[in-house]
Amino acid sequence: MADERVVGIDLGTTNSLVAFMQGEKPVVIPGEDGSNLLPSVVALDPNGQVIVGNPARKYLIETADRAVYSVKRLMGRGYEDVKDELKLFPFRVAEDLQAGEVMRIMLGDKDFTPPEISAYILRQLRRNAERYFGAPVKKAVITVPAYFNDAQRQATKDAGRIAGLDVLRLVNEPTAASLAYGLDQKKNGIVAVYDLGGGTFDVSILKLHDGIFEVIATNGDTHLGGDDIDNLLIAIALDDIQGDLKIDVRRNAEVVQMIRKAVIDAKIALSNSDSAQLELELPGGKHYQRTIPRALFEQMIEPILQRTVGPVKQALKDAGLEPAQIDEVVLVGGSTRIPQVRQLVQELFQREPHCELNPDEVVALGAAVQAQILAGGSDATKDMLLLDVTPLSLGIEALGGVVAKIIHRNSTIPASATEHFTTGVEGQTAVAIHVVQGERELAKDCRSLARFDLRGIPPMPAGLPRIEVKFLIDANGILHVSAREQRSGKEAEISVQPSYGLTDEQVENMLLESFDYAEQDFAQRQVIEARNEANTILAALEKGRGGAAWNALSGEERRDIAKQESELRKVMLTDDYQGIRKAIDALNQGTMRLAELMMDTAVSSALKGKTFDEADMGEGPSAPHPFAQAEIKSE
Amino acid sequence: MSVSEKDNAVQIEQLNGTKASCWSCGDMRAAHFCDSCGSLQPAVPTDYFSFFGLGRKLNVDVSRLERDFYQFSRKLHPDVFARATGKEQDWSLQKTSQLNDAYRTLKDPIARTEYLLKLEGVHMEEQSKQATEHARQTGEVKKQVVPPDLLEEVFELNMQLEEARMNKKMGEADESLTRDLQQTKKNLEGKYGALDRELKGYWDQWDALIGRDASDEDRKPVRDKMVDLLNRRKYVQHLVRDVNDVLE
Repeated sequence: MADERVVGIDLGTTNSLVAFMQGEKPVVIPGEDGSNLLPSVVALDPNGQVIVGNPARKYLIETADRAVYSVKRLMGRGYEDVKDELKLFPFRVAEDLQAGEVMRIMLGDKDFTPPEISAYILRQLRRNAERYFGAPVKKAVITVPAYFNDAQRQATKDAGRIAGLDVLRLVNEPTAASLAYGLDQKKNGIVAVYDLGGGTFDVSILKLHDGIFEVIATNGDTHLGGDDIDNLLIAIALDDIQGDLKIDVRRNAEVVQMIRKAVIDAKIALSNSDSAQLELELPGGKHYQRTIPRALFEQMIEPILQRTVGPVKQALKDAGLEPAQIDEVVLVGGSTRIPQVRQLVQELFQREPHCELNPDEVVALGAAVQAQILAGGSDATKDMLLLDVTPLSLGIEALGGVVAKIIHRNSTIPASATEHFTTGVEGQTAVAIHVVQGERELAKDCRSLARFDLRGIPPMPAGLPRIEVKFLIDANGILHVSAREQRSGKEAEISVQPSYGLTDEQVENMLLESFDYAEQDFAQRQVIEARNEANTILAALEKGRGGAAWNALSGEERRDIAKQESELRKVMLTDDYQGIRKAIDALNQGTMRLAELMMDTAVSSALKGKTFDEADMGEGPSAPHPFAQAEIKSE
Repeated sequence: MSVSEKDNAVQIEQLNGTKASCWSCGDMRAAHFCDSCGSLQPAVPTDYFSFFGLGRKLNVDVSRLERDFYQFSRKLHPDVFARATGKEQDWSLQKTSQLNDAYRTLKDPIARTEYLLKLEGVHMEEQSKQATEHARQTGEVKKQVVPPDLLEEVFELNMQLEEARMNKKMGEADESLTRDLQQTKKNLEGKYGALDRELKGYWDQWDALIGRDASDEDRKPVRDKMVDLLNRRKYVQHLVRDVNDVLE
């Protein structure tokens, strides 16, 4: 089991988390700063170093052209898909971007694809987990919005590979959340999950049956979330500023980021109070201030929230259920903290929603449960099995641009379909197939997934070849295609041209570090961390030598310590991790009595009227700690 | 556990007509797992009824089917083989997709009937596809055979639909027309009940024929009746859809 450690990762629009099963309970692994949430912000510092999380956030405000956030919105998408949205986000698209190419975003003077940017976030999470375990982490389950299409899923999987992770499974976020809830509840019945996050909305309806989590229907919108509320408030503030103060700050990315931060704070405050203040110091010494009453806020965001109603109703219809037949409703995603959202959900399902688990963490916790299931399971997960569905219908473009659906939405995955094709011209040796995903009648209105060329068809009269093409959607919701010419029995060759996807070769070239490299990296980090620890102990020992406690030790004790000390000083110059570790432990053991005596001295000094601060305790030898001291930040 | 016991009843002949030995231990095997060593067996082309160890009968106990589906899922799902060899992972993927495809088709009475007719050599979808293609190529209007008992109703409905579409285009509302259409929709939906009862009658006849191993010639009349009924049902379904489009 130990070598098979599989972590669960929630790669979110706003924040990302990594979790694992500690015994029978999923827990989130904190970062070095003690925070469970890693902001999904990536920046390139002036030295060309990539920075992730809280430290990257300061670049957003100071030098906005060096940082990027909400990159999840760009995963698996082309420029055409998101060009409207780009007006609202300070992304700078690479200037030499060709039509149909995978998007590239500028950070400073370098460009990155969205999977690469996501890979930096994943790598940071992986490092957090490795620091926590003290062992390399190579396998992960990553969550995706249920309504992600094939290209978005593939892009997420690519990001995992670029980060040096073997992605065992992509799990849909609402389904993961239901796993986290199901772990405690172990009930049978129908559950609805309403997941409104930073950038995506999902609704899933599941049937729970003795540990089987069977998704019956899912729906959503991959471009609907808290970001939209922020953008609305920003637009209003910008209008205000232009109207009242007569300054246009739209082009000033730093000011826009400052406004963004202020409106997010106001939005969060409005979940608990009746009004919030928006206050900003603008360039040129101008001051902008506005009070937002909750009633006004609610009125403004109502159209955004109403966009979740259609998907909810469609999911219920597809499941063949009335709201009254839903037994439990679960809330997921930070945006469900807004009281108005809760009220809407309550009205839609006619029952009080569950929100016992932290809506920011529940998806990662569920991913950890699924990770445990894939790692071989434990008592807690042994009867649990997830049966998910494909959110969008898969079709092929037929004559006249009409879509012939071959796998319908809400089909349990893995799912497959077999289609037959033939030639239209004598001697034709290749057939082109266009695969699309979506519910619309015409191919041009659906999402183009890929264009396949079936090649190597033996020359025959028109209509005679019979090419069997098998489409298979795997448990990750990703499509695989294989083909065979049945009359000759020949495997037809397929060249896949993913629309807006990376080729395997491109992914290989992007790997942040190869697997061997990761091993080496990890070993080096371990040695460095052990050396740091050794230095801490040696410094504490120096301090102890100067104090009264040292004199209380016997000569033999002092000689032993001196021997252990020189041993440690010698071995810490090498890269021998085990050796350094052993020497640290020996010195720790040997100085135990010294530490006790120092403590006694400190206590007696305190009794003499000194405070603990004044009493020179030194740091004392400390027990090895797997990760840095928690520093609780209120976000 | 009961899945593997049940599997033993589903012999490989039922799947593809040949008997092979287990890739792992060499023993003669059952369909999904080896009788002797329990190893997962390769996916072979199979029809949906055989996958569940069922005969080609149309009366299916759906709650039992669901129970079997859950049991098979627990045994075959790729999650269970996440740490197995690449070969077994691939079989698990193939077999689970067969399982899901089979369950999705068999649990739905209409899909099940259509699928059985397809096994019997009737390709309803392709018939309709070919007709559409033919109509497109020749420029002829696709011939829709109106079921005789609906003739009068359809005639009137088409006029109402035309009027309603016109109103919609002009942005006008005719409440009495809307009420009429809602009533028509109710009447049409009421026909499903009668059609489904009729279909159930054919199922019983069909299952009895299969039970006594009737010849293809004996089965043909029932088969043709089912094809006719499904076509009528589809026709009603299209009418309901048209009415819904206008009412929305």
